[in-house]
Amino acid sequence: MLTDYATIGLFFLLAISFPLAALGLAALVRPRSYFNREKMMPYECGVDTKGKTWVRFKVNYFLYALVFLAFEVETIFLFPWAVKFNCLGLFAFIEMIIFLIILLVGLLYAWKEGALEWY
Amino acid sequence: MKGAETFFVDLARAIVNGLENMGMSALGAEIILLIIKFACIAGIVTVNIIILIWLERKISGFIQLRLGPNRLGPWGVFQTIADAIKLLTKEDIIPSQTDKIIFRTAPIVFIIISLMLYVVLPFGDGMAIVDLNLGVLYFISVGSLGTIALLMAGWGSNNKWSLLGAMRSVAQMISYEIPLVFSLLAVVMIAGSLNMSDIVNAQDKIWFVFLQPVAFITYFIAATAELNRGPFDMPEAEQELTAGAYTEYSGMRWALFFLAEYTNLFAVSALTAIMFFGGFKGPFLPSWLWLPIKAYIIMLVFFWLKWTLPRIRMDHLMAFSWKVLIPVTLANLVVTGCVLHFLK
Repeated sequence: MLTDYATIGLFFLLAISFPLAALGLAALVRPRSYFNREKMMPYECGVDTKGKTWVRFKVNYFLYALVFLAFEVETIFLFPWAVKFNCLGLFAFIEMIIFLIILLVGLLYAWKEGALEWY
Repeated sequence: MKGAETFFVDLARAIVNGLENMGMSALGAEIILLIIKFACIAGIVTVNIIILIWLERKISGFIQLRLGPNRLGPWGVFQTIADAIKLLTKEDIIPSQTDKIIFRTAPIVFIIISLMLYVVLPFGDGMAIVDLNLGVLYFISVGSLGTIALLMAGWGSNNKWSLLGAMRSVAQMISYEIPLVFSLLAVVMIAGSLNMSDIVNAQDKIWFVFLQPVAFITYFIAATAELNRGPFDMPEAEQELTAGAYTEYSGMRWALFFLAEYTNLFAVSALTAIMFFGGFKGPFLPSWLWLPIKAYIIMLVFFWLKWTLPRIRMDHLMAFSWKVLIPVTLANLVVTGCVLHFLK
């Protein structure tokens, strides 16, 4: 018998076949394409592209990613607590309230430091 | 009615029994059944997108006092099929300066991820492909992988619009991920399980939307943003970024992106129905009809939102998630905890 995750793994292998079949079908029926320099340029509203695209990007996005990372890791700790909440006593309840307050303080700190501002 | 209710479950058992009687091992029979199930999912996804695109174009037409597609077939129902054939026969353009490998794999990754979401959805009573005990966690974590595919598309395209669109969608998706998870956690606390069938069964008496109205509203907003749908469609704002991460894509690759978006839309609507609207539970009709009905109603709300609300500005969008949704969902978690603890 297959275990749950073995089934998911097999389903993943099957899922790979879906886009490959679609692209393969398209490759069979589409016309041959003719290339020239103009046609193969990136589309930027008909104007020739200027400068490099792969440049250093606005740091704002990175700050959001860092705050997200902290929150996401903390979210994982909340999952087991939420599932077993009804079986746990007062201790776990109060402990988790403290944990949520720490989370909130972290958010407020990031807010105060301006990591959540878009500029 | 009893036969209709268990029709698919009985059919699956009959197939496995038939294969085993033909001398196949239990494992082989199960693998063949899985292949049949995958074919069903692929069929559902493909038929679904044909209906959904037609429906969305028709509804957006009516909302904007137009007729929408009305030339091919009655009420234009064959329009999407014609579009699909057109996309299939388009030439394959890969711009010269792209990162070829990443550019080619991005749509494949995106569609695989959206198909993987369907593994844990219970389409009816006992009709999940895998009734995973971590169903909700699996759904959220696999769903959030879509970010990577979008970033691959935007980065690989070597196009400024694409990169901007991809960066925006990543920033948006990671920001709305947290309120989404927090709102679902409030439901999980009441249900006491991450298994989707258990969550549905926990809603026997009352739907969770009535017990968790705040969580439902925050979840719905966050889900709209996660799907990059209007009014949160900054990543592909047509008026400024042409099509965001999809700008350079054409033909079948673009079609795969589009397919994946609608596949995600149906999966998330089904999740909404499961978490808040009693999933496959309903009177009179068999359970495997109730989930699609509920999911379609929720999708109509998504369409309605997209075509009536104006797009939200990027800084407002980010601020709304971090400064409104996250504090509200945190407070909701604490209040839910207090109520559950002191009612017990």
